[in-house]
Amino acid sequence: MANFVVDTDGIKRYLVNITVNGTKYTKMIKANSLLVNFLREDLDLTGTKRACEQGDCGACTVLLDGKPVNSCMVLTLSVDGREVTTVEGLAANAKLDILQEKFMEHSAPQCGFCAPGILMSAKALLMKNPHPTEHEVREAIAGNLCRCTGYVHYVEAILDAAASQ
Amino acid sequence: MYLQDFEYFRPGSVEEACQLLFTYGFKAKAIAGGTDVLIKMKKDLLAPEVLVAIGQLPQLKNIEYIPGRGVVIGAGATHNDIQNSKVLHEKYLSVAEAAHQMANNQVRNLGTVGGNISNAVPSADMPPILIALDTTVKIVGTKGERTLLLEDVFTGPNQTVLEHDELITEFVIPDNGFTGSTYFKFGLRASGALAVVGVAAAVKMEGDVIKDARIVLGAVSPVPLRAKKAENFLKGKQAGGELFTEAGIMASHECRPISDIRASAEYRKDMVRVFTMRALDKAVNEGHV
Repeated sequence: MANFVVDTDGIKRYLVNITVNGTKYTKMIKANSLLVNFLREDLDLTGTKRACEQGDCGACTVLLDGKPVNSCMVLTLSVDGREVTTVEGLAANAKLDILQEKFMEHSAPQCGFCAPGILMSAKALLMKNPHPTEHEVREAIAGNLCRCTGYVHYVEAILDAAASQ
Repeated sequence: MYLQDFEYFRPGSVEEACQLLFTYGFKAKAIAGGTDVLIKMKKDLLAPEVLVAIGQLPQLKNIEYIPGRGVVIGAGATHNDIQNSKVLHEKYLSVAEAAHQMANNQVRNLGTVGGNISNAVPSADMPPILIALDTTVKIVGTKGERTLLLEDVFTGPNQTVLEHDELITEFVIPDNGFTGSTYFKFGLRASGALAVVGVAAAVKMEGDVIKDARIVLGAVSPVPLRAKKAENFLKGKQAGGELFTEAGIMASHECRPISDIRASAEYRKDMVRVFTMRALDKAVNEGHV
């Protein structure tokens, strides 16, 4: 179990080592820290969005050891020693991910709030299954709710990204 | 949204976890995937002072076939672990498919089958198919371990026979000779919706004759319900459309649904009729699907 210190309020703060987008972070956190808040507030990675906060909308989707999860339902302590990828980790060497390129090309997001989550769900799909069917794409993003555009452009963009990689 | 303060333990073994639960009593709560516990904490339905994290215990993760015992599923297996399990695809595709029908991909990567059963929501997708296959549950506590039929674990909505210091550690689907099984979930949308009605069926066939049958209904009573009259009615009879229709009617009389935001009791009863019929037809004719 992680080491801890007791702060001046008598609350334990636990030591965690978490790799986010390839960078290793060592932090002292309280047990009640949720991953989504840790990413946004402790690491200033605000690409990951908070919305429903109960695992329905998918706006907070990140990859945990390569698998998409709702970061609003993950305790940061449970991620100790593990690897997280957020939307900020998609672009590499100043080059956008093919999914990001295609999202723009197809004007897939409208307000954009759901886009980081959909990008992560789509990324997880393409890592596992580089040539998905339309049904597989729809299923992969079924846990991501978009309240503006509907899903048609998203599905087209993801299929196009798969075809272009 | 922020959670109240609590202490966190990540024990290295089930025994250590049970000991912690025993020591801290009702102040403590076990947490596996967190998809139920954390949401309840956010909604102030739970306010544990101590969380005992068991979700990453590697000894609870295995899914394997052990000749003589059956298919063993560790309680810490996530719904996606089950959905993607080669063992289950070979032996009981119906169980993998049921796991796939739960919630959405992100939730299935977190939520565990042990947590799903311990949480005991009447509309849960895993209990009907597992009960239909005569699954047993191993429960470990500070006073030792016991094995029960999954069917006997539930006592009411959100209630089970689990003592405060007890944890489910594994499920075993015994080699029971069922030739076919399936689970039908009827929800109001394909993803992320709770079941309005869930129906699982398992059958042992000898040629055209049904030697034994299980029909288990979800979301239509306080606990997953076996339609025993319909099961008995099927035994020894030649399988066929009319027989399934009649069994469907019997099952719909046996269930005790409530009306709620998702459907009326009358509608649920009628859907039990329809899906019992379809589930039997599929289990008889298509194997474990």
